[in-house]
Amino acid sequence: MTFGTMLSTMAAGMLKTILLFVLTLLGSLPLGMIVVFLKKSKFKPIAWITDIYIAVMRGTPLMLQLLVWYFGPYYLFGFSIRGYKFTALLIGFIMNYAAYFAEIYRSGIDSMPIGQYEAAEILGYSKIQTFMKIILPQVIKRILPSVTNEVITLVKDTSLASALAYSEVFSLAKQISASQTSFMPFLIAGIFYFVANYVVAWIMNRIEKSMQYYK
Amino acid sequence: MMNSDNEVSKMTNFSEETVNTSNPEKVILTMNKIQKSFDGLVVLKDINLTVRHGEVVSIIGPSGSGKSTLLRCATFLEKIDGGEIIYLDKKAVTTSFSGKVCYTGKAEMKEIKKYFGLVFQQFNLFPHHSVLKNVMEAPVNVLKRDKAEVEKEARILLEKMGLADKADQYPCNLSGGQQQRVAIARALAMKPEILFFDEPTSALDPELTIEVLKIIRQLAEEKMTMVIVTHEMSFAANVSNRVIFMDGGVIVEEGDPKDVFGNPRQERTKQFLKSYKEE
Repeated sequence: MTFGTMLSTMAAGMLKTILLFVLTLLGSLPLGMIVVFLKKSKFKPIAWITDIYIAVMRGTPLMLQLLVWYFGPYYLFGFSIRGYKFTALLIGFIMNYAAYFAEIYRSGIDSMPIGQYEAAEILGYSKIQTFMKIILPQVIKRILPSVTNEVITLVKDTSLASALAYSEVFSLAKQISASQTSFMPFLIAGIFYFVANYVVAWIMNRIEKSMQYYK
Repeated sequence: MMNSDNEVSKMTNFSEETVNTSNPEKVILTMNKIQKSFDGLVVLKDINLTVRHGEVVSIIGPSGSGKSTLLRCATFLEKIDGGEIIYLDKKAVTTSFSGKVCYTGKAEMKEIKKYFGLVFQQFNLFPHHSVLKNVMEAPVNVLKRDKAEVEKEARILLEKMGLADKADQYPCNLSGGQQQRVAIARALAMKPEILFFDEPTSALDPELTIEVLKIIRQLAEEKMTMVIVTHEMSFAANVSNRVIFMDGGVIVEEGDPKDVFGNPRQERTKQFLKSYKEE
């Protein structure tokens, strides 16, 4: 296998990795916000269930969670779904990352001084207006460095999809390396992850800088 | 549509002004038998306070006397445990014979909240908004007023505060005194009937204190109704129509500043004022 074919075979995997990454972010960033609201719910059972959910998501390996999401339906209900693999991966990644994002959001929301809420209340803002116009914009600025960390971890964590033999870049690298007895596929995969994260860090840095107009 | 709305608001403003001038004694705020405790610690004991239109009332007293809590109760940041709060003709809080405290419904509370503004000790400006936006946001978002019109008024207010050139700056670039003046402009932009100040200069050094007090004095001359919790004794003596001395959750002495400062009747008042003279 020439370097060219190796690269073009892996390019398909790279696209799948990027797709998994983007869809996970699109799902988990907003879901994390919903999780925070559930966790802060005044109805205690909901808050407890959310706490358990976060504890399980953070307390067990993501690879194990992926296996459970994929094989769970078969072992629990005795049926398997065709073409379910990508959906199972997405559910697993989104549920896991939403838990982490929820905790980051919570830390940001809890760090807001009470004076901001009181000023908004005196001016007659509704609860929703206070959150959307006063609290959230400031929280985003505060949590951005933590979110960047998590997003970079996600780029690398997509390689866990290889546990379900999903043909993203890391799975392909393993397969090609074994069949061709070559180290080259791993090198290509490594460079791919590095470049992807470099781009992510650059974008996040730009967003951070755009918010530096106030302290 | 927009125009007719503006006309309506102008008309209501006009009619209100007529009422104000024809009846300068109009009662803006009535607080009756206000009770408040925190975890069993009684902070306010049967406080009565009436504020009329155009009055400037200063509340003085040692730390922990309950004066800030009284303001926070009047502005609904704290819930009272007993008593009555009435703004103009609207009963915001009532207490039944059995002692059950009842706050009025959400819709009416929203209307009542338009009657007052509060200036905080720590300013509490919105750091992510420019000075101009800090002043404009509430009238636009809460009162749903026309943006261009609000901006015109906001710029006039900022000019009055001596901050015309700071409109596009962010709060973090301003001095404490400038930030507090923005906070005053932000409160005034809502056109409140009464403005509360919770130790407005306690976070400021003497020089910056002067510039904020100057603004409050100016508002007093314009007959703005104000209740000011303060530690600035000479300011309270010069600017207010009435001084209230609080200690231990009760009003110990109340009256004309000349009397309270010049000839206090209560021993506790004398003792408290003496500590300032020795400073």
